Order: sequence, then C-alpha cells, then structure tokens
Amino acid sequence: MSYQGKKNIPKITSDRLLIKGGRIVNDDQSFHADIYMEDGLIKQIGDNLIVPGGVKTIEANGKMVIPGGIDIHTHFQMPYRGTTTVDDFAQGSKAALAGGTTMIVDHVMPEPGASLIEAHDQWRQWADEKACCDYSLHVDITHWNDSVKQEVDNLIKEKGVNSFQVYMAYKDYYQMSNSELYEVFTFLAERGGIAQVHAENGEIIAEEQARMLQMGITGPEGHVLSRPEELEAEAVFRAITIASQTNCPLYVTRVMSKSAADIISQARKKGNVVFGEPITASLGTDGTHYWSKNWAKAASFVTSPPLSPDPTTPDYLNTLLSSGDLSVTGSAHCTFSVAQKAIGKDDFTQIPEGVNGVEERMALIWDKAVTTGKMDENMFVAVTSTNAAKILNLYPRKGRIAVGSDADLVIWDTDAIRTITAKTHNSAAEYNIFEGVELRGAPLVVICQGKIVLEDGNLHATSGVGRFIPCSPFPDFAYKRIKARKQLAVLRAVPRGMYDGPVSEFSMSRGGTPSASARTSPTKQPVRNLHQSGFSLAGPPTPDDIPIRPAGRRIVVPPGGRSNITSLS
Amino acid sequence: NMSGSKNSIPHLTSERLLIKGGRVVNDDQSFYADVYIEDGLIKQVGENLVVPGGVKVIEANGRMVIPGGIDVNTCLMKSYLGTQPVDDFFQGTKAALAGGTTMIIDHVAPQPGDSLLEAFERWQEAADKKACCDYSLHVDIPQWNENVKDELELLVQDKGINSFQVYMAYKDVYQMTDSELYEAFSFLKLLGAVVLVHAENGDLIAQEQRKILGMGITGPEGHPLSRPEEVEAEAVFRAITLGNRVNCPVYITKVMSKSAADTITQARRKGSVVFGEPITASLATDGSHYWSKNWAKAAAYVTSPPLSPDQTTPDHLHTLLACGDLQVVGSSHCAYSTSQKAIGKDDFTLIPEGINGVEERMGFVWDKAVAMGKMDENQFVAVTSTNAAKIFNLYPRKGRIAVGSDADIVIWDPDSVKTITAKLHLNVFKAAEYNIFEGLESRGGPVLVLSQGQVVYEEGKLHAQQGTGRFIPRKPFPDYAYQRVKFRNQGVTRGIYDGPVYDVAPIPKYITPSPSAKTSPTSHQPPPIRNLHQSNFSLSGAQIDDNIPRRSGHRIVAPPGGRSNITSLG
Repeated sequence: MSYQGKKNIPKITSDRLLIKGGRIVNDDQSFHADIYMEDGLIKQIGDNLIVPGGVKTIEANGKMVIPGGIDIHTHFQMPYRGTTTVDDFAQGSKAALAGGTTMIVDHVMPEPGASLIEAHDQWRQWADEKACCDYSLHVDITHWNDSVKQEVDNLIKEKGVNSFQVYMAYKDYYQMSNSELYEVFTFLAERGGIAQVHAENGEIIAEEQARMLQMGITGPEGHVLSRPEELEAEAVFRAITIASQTNCPLYVTRVMSKSAADIISQARKKGNVVFGEPITASLGTDGTHYWSKNWAKAASFVTSPPLSPDPTTPDYLNTLLSSGDLSVTGSAHCTFSVAQKAIGKDDFTQIPEGVNGVEERMALIWDKAVTTGKMDENMFVAVTSTNAAKILNLYPRKGRIAVGSDADLVIWDTDAIRTITAKTHNSAAEYNIFEGVELRGAPLVVICQGKIVLEDGNLHATSGVGRFIPCSPFPDFAYKRIKARKQLAVLRAVPRGMYDGPVSEFSMSRGGTPSASARTSPTKQPVRNLHQSGFSLAGPPTPDDIPIRPAGRRIVVPPGGRSNITSLS
Repeated sequence: NMSGSKNSIPHLTSERLLIKGGRVVNDDQSFYADVYIEDGLIKQVGENLVVPGGVKVIEANGRMVIPGGIDVNTCLMKSYLGTQPVDDFFQGTKAALAGGTTMIIDHVAPQPGDSLLEAFERWQEAADKKACCDYSLHVDIPQWNENVKDELELLVQDKGINSFQVYMAYKDVYQMTDSELYEAFSFLKLLGAVVLVHAENGDLIAQEQRKILGMGITGPEGHPLSRPEEVEAEAVFRAITLGNRVNCPVYITKVMSKSAADTITQARRKGSVVFGEPITASLATDGSHYWSKNWAKAAAYVTSPPLSPDQTTPDHLHTLLACGDLQVVGSSHCAYSTSQKAIGKDDFTLIPEGINGVEERMGFVWDKAVAMGKMDENQFVAVTSTNAAKIFNLYPRKGRIAVGSDADIVIWDPDSVKTITAKLHLNVFKAAEYNIFEGLESRGGPVLVLSQGQVVYEEGKLHAQQGTGRFIPRKPFPDYAYQRVKFRNQGVTRGIYDGPVYDVAPIPKYITPSPSAKTSPTSHQPPPIRNLHQSNFSLSGAQIDDNIPRRSGHRIVAPPGGRSNITSLG
C-alpha cells in the first residue's frame, strides 16, 4: 500500500454521511441537530438539511454526538533497550478508535545526545505507515545545549511541533538541572511552545531506590516505595516556580497523586498558567496492586510517577477534573509484555515503565465522573477532547462539532455497560490494569476522517490512513495571558544618585560571588568584567556606564507593593 | 585573667537576689510569685520565701517576670569578602541584653574548604573573650564531603553542637544539590541534630540575577527582583519533602514571606516535623524600602531571603506565629556599615547581606502581636524563648522560670514606648549608619534584665561585662524535634517469577538511577546485596526469602489499602 499523497487528500473522498436525530454535545452547549459530512469535513449542521441524494444516513435516535476523543499522551511503538512496546501505531490507534478516541498525540523520545529532528522524522515515518487515526507529536527534550536549541526552533517553525517534554526525574539520564529547566522554559516561552514536564524529583528517587534495594526490597512495591507522592508534588511545585519566573506556560504530564493535583490547583488559583493531565490509570485505579503477590500483575502497574497507594486518589482526581483544576486527560499508553516487564524481575528499577489506557480512557471518565454526577456532558467533552485541541492549537479543527471541523465524531451510548478484560481488549498486552472493572458508557458509532470505523461493535480501522496534524506555536489558550503579562512585567531600575561614600576594602579571592558559574551559564559574562573595570575607590560618578532608564516608564514594583501581574493573589 | 575557670563557675557567685511581687510568666501559665536567685540559678519560686538576710531585693510591683529571650539566629562574625560585621560578640550581645535577650545562638560560617572544627574553635574563642551573655553556636556546612562527616560527628559528640545549617542558595559557593541535601539530612538525623535550612532556589536566583543585571538594574532593588518570594517557597517545599523522605526534623531559618510561611503551615498540617523561624525584620518591616532613592538606605535592607515587598507580610507572619504555625523568632542580626555595603554599589549581587534586629526583636513581637491582641503573654514567652530552648535542647535550663533553671530573667514593661532610631540604639558605634526600623514606635520593653543572676540592665542603663558569656553545650536528639521521628521499613513476600524473560540488549541504555559518584561520594553502595540476589536466582524457584535480610515482626509500612506512613498524617 502506498501512502503517497495521502496527506493532502483524504482516502475516500466520496464518503458522504448524515447523522440524523442526534444531540450534539460540545464543550459549551448541547443541542439537537443533524450533521452532514463530506470529504472528511463537517459541511452542515442543523435541522432539515438539504443534502445530496444517496447519502448514507445514521440514525442517532437522540443519542449524544460528541467530538472524537483526543488522547494527548501515548507511547506507541516506543523503542526501549532494543525492543519496542507491544502496541505499535496500528494496534494502538485501533484500540484508541475502539474507545472513541479519534486522534492521538504521541511522544517522540530521542536518546540523550541523539538528534531531535532525526527522532521526530523516524516517529513520523512509523506513524504514517501504520496509524489508523490522525496524530500529532510531542518531542521530548532529553538533553540541552545549543544544537538542541536550534533543533527545537526548527521543529516549531518547520515541523509543526509546539509541545516539548522535559524531565525532572531519571537522574544521570534524562534529568535536567534547575538551570537547564530555566533555560528551556525561557526559550520555549520566546518561541511559543508549551513546556511539558515529567515532574518527579530524580535525585531523591535515586537515593530512595538505593535505600530500598539495600533493604532487600526488589519487587514492584519498591517502585512506589521509592517514589512517594510528595516527590511528585515537590517537582510540580518547582516546575511551576520556574515556569512562573520565566513566564512560560506549563503542562504537567501524568498527574498521579492528590498532592500533585493540589499543587496545580493552588497555583492556578494564584494565576499561574499551568495545565494538569491526569491519565486513565490515575483516574481509574490505584497503587495498592503493587503489593500483589502475582509479580507479573504487580509489574504491569509500574509507571512513573507511580499510581498512588491511596485508594481515594481516583475519586479526588475526577473531582478536580470536573472542577476544571485539571485540564486534559491522556492515557500515557505504553504497553510492555510480561516478558519485557520481567527484565526487572530481580530489581524493580529495571522494570520497563508503562501502563495501558488508550481504549478505556473515555468510558472510564464517563463512568467515574459523569455517571457519579461530578461532571456534565459538556465538561466531559472539554476534558476528553476540546481542551487538548486548544492547548495544541488544533481548535476548532479538532475538539468541536462545527461546520468546517474535521469529521471526527462519536455517537456515545450513555447506558452501555462493558467489563474490561485483557481477553477482549484491543491492545496486545497480556495484562489490563483495569481488569474486571465494569464501565458504563461506550461509543456506539465512531467516525474518523468522515468514515465509519466502529459500528455495531465491529471495528473497521485502516492502517496508514492517519495523517500528521501540525500544531502551530503560540496557542491562544495558553499564550494570551502570557503575552499580556510580558508587556506588563517590564522591570526597571530605580534612578538614584551614585553612591559616593567610602567603600570598605574587600578581597574577591575568598568566598566568591554567588553568581552563576560559567559552566552552567554560557551566556552573559562580560557584565561582570565591565563592573570590575569601572570600579574605583576614588568614587567619581561615571554616569555614562549606567543605563539610565527612559523617563516616564513606570516602576513595576514601587514602594507600596509590587504590581507583578504574574501573581494575582 | 578572666579566662580559665569562667566556663565552669558563673562570675559573681556571691550575688543573691530576690524578685518580689512579680507575675511569673512562662509559656504554659502565669502566676504571682517571688523568685529567689543564688549563684546564677533560680533557687526558689513561690510566696513568702525563706531567704538569707542581706539579700538584694528587686520590687517588681506586679509586672511580668519572664524568661530572658533567646535569639536563635545571629551572625556576629560572619565575614564577607574579608570584612567583618561591625557588631562583634561584644557589641552584639550588649544590644541583645538591652532588648531583653539573654542568650544568643550564633552561626559559625566557615568558607567552603575550611575545617568546621577550626572555624568552630575560632568562633568559640572570640565569643568567650567578648560575649556579655550566654551563647551557643550553630555550625553552617558550606559543602558536603567525607571530611565534613567526621567533623560533624566530633562536633556533636564532643563539642556540644546539635544544629547545623545547609544552604539551598548561593550557587557554586555554599549551595548543595538535592542528593547532597539528602545525604546531609540522613547523616545529621543519625547524629540526632537539627537541620537548619537556608531555603531559596539558588539555581533560579543565579539565572534571575544575570537577567536583571543584563537589563541594567544594578541597585538594591535588583536584590528582591532576582529573589522573588516563590523562589523561597519552592525551596521550603523541597526542604520539607527531603525532611519527610529522610524522616528528619527540618528547621527553616529566616522565614521572610507569606508563601514560605504558608508552605510550612501546610506541611505541619500534614504531620511534617518542621519548624519556621521568622526574624525581627520580616516581622516588623517590608521590602518596599529596596526602592528607596537613597542607595545606602536601600542597601541596609539587603538580606537573603529578601524582605517581601508585600506590605501585608509582617501581619501575616505574626498571625502564624501567634497560632503556633511558626515557632521561634530570631533576628539574623548581621550588621555591616554603609561603606561595607558599598562593596556592591555597582552590582547588587555584591552587597553584603545582613540587617540588624537583635535588640528590637522582643519589642516588636510584643508590639505587633501581643499589643494587637493576636498573641497572649504565654505564647510571647514561647516564641521568644521557650520554643527555642526546646528545639535546641536547652530546656528547662533556659526558656523557663523554674527552680534549677539559669537566672536569665527579664522584668517586662508592656507599656513602655520607644522610638527606634540609629542614634540611640546601642549596637552601632559608627556615625551615620542605618537602622532598618528607623522611626518605628515599639510598645513593650525590658525594665530590668538579669543574666546569670546579675543585673545587667536597669532603667535604661546597661552594665554588661565583656567576656562573662558562657558557651552552653547542647546535647543531640532534642525531644521536641525527635520524639516524633520514628522508623519505618520493609517489603512483600511472594513466589519467585519463573515465566519467560525477554532477552535484554547487552548494552544497558537505561542506567540505573543510583547516586552518581560525582555528587555523592558517600553513597550507600549496595553491591554485595545486589550480587547476593543475582547469585541466588534460580529458575527452579528455590526459596529466595532465606537470604533476604529481613527482620521478623516488622510491620509493612504501606500495605494494600493505603500507606500508614507515620510522617504523613494527612
């Protein structure tokens, strides 16, 4: 099969569809209307549409018609130590469609030192060959230097990537120092990118892992014992601080614990631009399974940050998702076979990390949040698709049922009941972490690119039809506020007379100046020398050296309290 | 001639004193009683005491008799680029006594590479010569390595030091990485010491300083601009997380902002063993002065973490102090002259950091918390003296009026009003210097101060004597901090996995995230245990449990159904 040219022309251009008698549910409102689709796009919405003859008609019978889900976090076909995850782009996107998700956003994971662009191109090739639904890519920044900077710039400008993940964990591997994070965030804020963080304190984890192993704890319970939830909360707090300093929008991937979620909601209340992404696993199950006597079962739950052993966590996260404190949901779907997981059979630190969830995501949220009365159907659409589309700057092409939007739709059956089991799921993994869970709510019909891919329980996904959807920088949803603050938060020096009194003698040799070292901060050294050369004990004023601020500019933090707009408290 | 025996015997042992008719105020209760003092100790407390004849009697006339204040944070010898603070142990302790503080705990501040022990001895020698009141010492740890560990052990076991400060700021000088902090916390916990933390994110500060200098901001306002309060709050949060992990008490020095204080409050709600120390400056003034047009005045406020420009900060900190969320008040007194501050006249990052406050400390807590009705007199005693004595294991020798306690006593007048000015305060001997509380009115002050059973301050006159101050050694494992700190342990038993194993690529791309040699020279290298497991592995399913070092009878700390981690009660 050739996929030449498929990016411009949807596969079957003649496909015309009419959904009759449905209730359209967007994130802002619900209304009864028919939908007419042609060429993979929504062409008309309304009552009594005038459509060509011979159009295939689907009777929705008053059921909900929602925008197809967007799973903003997957790891399909991810290479890991010479092997790859068991769900490739075909298998994974099939599972996505089966669950009502019509677009996925996968993480490109370059090895530290490898080229980001090459890795990105590789992922594109894999996905173009196999994906059954549209996709976009996040690129993970696994190391930081000037050439990486160039590549990030290039990815934003040329390749349609606007979101980049950095790691605060995985010491001596992916982990970045605070200074590096500061530089990455500063750079992304200039270019209009979204900074995603894997938030866990890698240094403390390394110490705790060594301690656990020393105590003789080698099983999967060591994973969660060495990564207690406060390490997640700590890193989230720190990431928010750095993002706030650099005025960069922040996106916390995989919110797994109550305390991490609390930190995000507190920060949002103070006005920080931060988005939190709980995943299917943290919304649907908990970390008590790490103590399972069945090693393979316990290992199948291993992911980072780990699932919290606190069984009230899923309920709590669903509540914050409903209140809008958490913004989007992903699955972090990254499945390994039991044999692959068994790489870490004698040492939990070696267990490949990843859980399933791409297929279960939407039904699980419906079951845990909507049927329990926490969330309404519009919010359901917001957290499963619209908000993701807004953050990635894909809105309203994706994430909304409107004229001109892509024809990615789901007819949602609120009453269907399914029991999750590895026997029937569409993933290739032997274990399903939601095994035996009964979920209310399921897709009845799934339409992807204007084609019916799920109907009457039958999946008709076609490998290779998925298109790469480029994301442009400066998404309004994140950057409108950032831009406004940038204009306001200009710092100015206080104009004051030169100090011309006596100056104590001092020696610079001892103690050193607590300024940034050359090692971590390659920029901006001359400033120092300039000052030293201008220093004189005679003390005549040298006003030429001092950049006097233009008159008429406001002082941002005048006596009487700062007016720094980034802190609204 | 005053050296030698003075550490064992209080100075004028013959002094006998009776305080009559006062209201004794401790941290738990207030009651009317007379106090009889002999040999520098409180011998009797009660009514109608039987005392020897010829005893000097002080009439308290119903006024408050409180334990002398303890200032837990002074820096009277902390040199900066070769210059010394203008207030040394003599000037500094004189000022302390004038404000009702009868004991100070000073920070020994060695430079990276210096021996902690030598630095400690230098400090002790200087203080023994000059201090007018009893003192103790914290030792700052400027860097982490093997030698430091040996010295710490010696300091705790032989020298009577039980508190050490680590830095999360001052990148490339004092700052420690998270891994180093983890190891330092672990080690100090084993010694039973209290970990003091200077909590600011040094990496971010370095970046911000560079940015702000690059914008042409070189004056003192650059100092708070480059150290916004969330950078303080972030570090406090991280320090508490580390403390929870290591299960070690954490003491945050210099709580300067609302957000840092709130972070401490929240952690205490969750059960963390953490103490917060606001200082005179953060309780009485704010950071708006950094924008003063007078460079010398603006520079006088430079300290780290900086004073918050948010003017509601002092009031908020007093509220938390009153409700017990913050525990102790220090001053972080470290006075530099204007010409010393002028080292940084062209670059705010070079301005020596330090402010005054040892003399004003008790007065401001009274004025802003007790006189305002936030705090009662017992809590006043707790935060100015008793809690400090408890945290640092000096209680009940210090911090309480009771039989057997040291006779460090203050008669407090809640109604006296004075206006703070550099012209009057006792600790400055150079002309035209700045007091950061200049012009503020403070209600409440000492009428009479007894140190070691001697009258050192009476009716505005100071009779302090250089060199009378004794070093007070402190034992490790203070109950107040360590009683709650307990142990946790251990794993799960299960059959061995004997299914298929995926063939791993020979070159492990995933490095085990164990501590690197660079950042953690100490490390808990576990190779023997590792090899033990590997050699014991057998597909036939032999009992691996036999060789795992497991103690029977230990509870599983986090069983299915939720962890029972004792350090996190939330």
